[in-house]
Amino acid sequence: MSNTTKTIAVAGAVAAALAASMTVPANAQEKEKCFGVSLAGQNDCAAGPGTTCAGTSTVDYQGNAWTLVDAGTCAEIELPDGRMGSLEELDRDLPS
Amino acid sequence: MLDASPHSFDRLPAAPGVGYKPQHFQDIRNDPGPVTWLEIHAENFMGDGGRPLAQLRALAERFPISVHGVGLSIGGEHPLDPDHLDRLARLVGWLNPASFSEHLAWSTHDMGFLNDLLPLPYTERTMFRVAEHIDQVQNTLGRRMLLENPSTYLAFDESDMSEIEFLSEITRRTGCGLLLDVNNVFVSATNQKTDPISYLNDFPLAAVGEIHLGGHDEDTDEHGAPLLIDSHGNPVVDPVWELYRHTIVKGGAKPTLIEWDNDVPDWPELAAEAARAQAILDEMVA
Amino acid sequence: MTVSQDSFVEALLTPDQPVPHGLSDPEGRAAGKRFDVYRNNVAVSLTDALETAFPVIAKLLGEVNFRNIAGLYVRQHPPQSPLMMFYGAGMPAFLSDFPPVAHLGYLPDIARLELALRESYHAADATPIDPAELQALPPDRLMTSRVTLAPAIRLIRSSWPIHAIWRFNIEDGAPKPAMAAEDVLIVRAEYDPEPLLLPAGGGPFLAALAEGLTFAESFDAGLSTAPEFDLAATLGLLLTHGAITKLEESP
Repeated sequence: MSNTTKTIAVAGAVAAALAASMTVPANAQEKEKCFGVSLAGQNDCAAGPGTTCAGTSTVDYQGNAWTLVDAGTCAEIELPDGRMGSLEELDRDLPS
Repeated sequence: MLDASPHSFDRLPAAPGVGYKPQHFQDIRNDPGPVTWLEIHAENFMGDGGRPLAQLRALAERFPISVHGVGLSIGGEHPLDPDHLDRLARLVGWLNPASFSEHLAWSTHDMGFLNDLLPLPYTERTMFRVAEHIDQVQNTLGRRMLLENPSTYLAFDESDMSEIEFLSEITRRTGCGLLLDVNNVFVSATNQKTDPISYLNDFPLAAVGEIHLGGHDEDTDEHGAPLLIDSHGNPVVDPVWELYRHTIVKGGAKPTLIEWDNDVPDWPELAAEAARAQAILDEMVA
Repeated sequence: MTVSQDSFVEALLTPDQPVPHGLSDPEGRAAGKRFDVYRNNVAVSLTDALETAFPVIAKLLGEVNFRNIAGLYVRQHPPQSPLMMFYGAGMPAFLSDFPPVAHLGYLPDIARLELALRESYHAADATPIDPAELQALPPDRLMTSRVTLAPAIRLIRSSWPIHAIWRFNIEDGAPKPAMAAEDVLIVRAEYDPEPLLLPAGGGPFLAALAEGLTFAESFDAGLSTAPEFDLAATLGLLLTHGAITKLEESP
């Protein structure tokens, strides 16, 4: 592509992109800012963890242990790189 | 975050407030019920923008806000983290909240931040250090802070002052106020086998700028002795309401916060706890 | 007997180590289970934090396996600041080095995606440009212009189908992932970050824009990776989601 062709291509792309963006009624001035509840739902996972000043009575403070228990969704995903997507047992001690 | 503060309240009212949880944002705006002020954890509002600060901005227009720090590690052996103190100064400087408070505890160590309020021995040495840290915080923020009494699960053999002596001396030296957590009083008294009423009778109530109420879990230690855990995941128990009444009768009405941090209930249940605090405050007026 | 905070922390993070001397119950007996309350608070609160931070990794591994791994992570990489919302920056590297999951090559990139979503959520607000500004500029001047992307924009490039894997674990009924290299652009039109799958060439194009290269140079970067690079579609994504906050002509 010559530079001129590219410039023309870009001009066309800008026009098309602009037309596409106009069709979306996302005018921030007109609607109330949705700072209330997250679109993704009440949990608002994207916020991540917060701080706490509370303790817990859930007992869970194991040290350097790795025991394979259940399987998550990775077992359902088959991607190349050989082995199935399951987790593997660890047959040696973990570094502490 | 450089816009003008939306907040114009210079003090917390002697009335119920709650610890702010984002899931209650709409409820609070629609019908706050007996809740007249809100407390936020400073650290959760130290991002650069987005929903947390937008919500805070909106709430601060209507409600007095108390900023409650969880991560300053005032009881730490090491100097305060200057970066964190800067972040705090920026937040407090912008918002100009009605109150700022932190804990008599430590959480930061060379290896990192441990996300728990860890205990310290009550000695002259630790008292000097805590007082120095509070001086630094108050000088940096340009305001008086409140220091909260902790829930404790064990005692340090080296302690040679009582918690009350320790806190009283800190307020005398630094001029800071106190945040009296009545649930912490009950939890610590049970765990340390002391009398919560005599603790409250000795407590310098005149220095108290805020009261905390929250729920705890019940457990036992390996000898069968009761071990209460400050989990903030349940309603306030009756004995703690009684201690609260005792405190108010003796020290007068104070801003009173309901803290609920784990298994946070829907708004009506939290508002009902605030209403219960309001009822006790009303008894005093009557 | 003085208990230093060093020795307190060491015992706190090493459950098989004895409780430091000098910590007692009201009868003067060694603290035992009372010390474990603090061990527990630290381990559980940090593990909970990671589970909140990496919901997709937790689903991929299964909750129990995830909490197991997180328990190891929190001891090796405790948070370095009290801003828990950014905890877990070392997770991608940790996952790629942890033998039982090292063969799941996509995990580190999914962790990067989840970290980036949180960064985006807490990033500064910014006002996007009026899309008409782009068209107002004559094309030859546009070609030598540079753009500034909104602070909440994040680009995650991967040789794995990270967008498909993320959707498979977040959206009910999303299709099973098939092998593909996927570049994801995180946008945040208002307050909710959204990961968008970029068309072929979109990753290099955006990486170039983010580095401050001109429009022409960035377009070239897209084309040289994918001759079919669809500039209109990519630009459409940026404008629709308010991703561009400044358009600057070269001096």
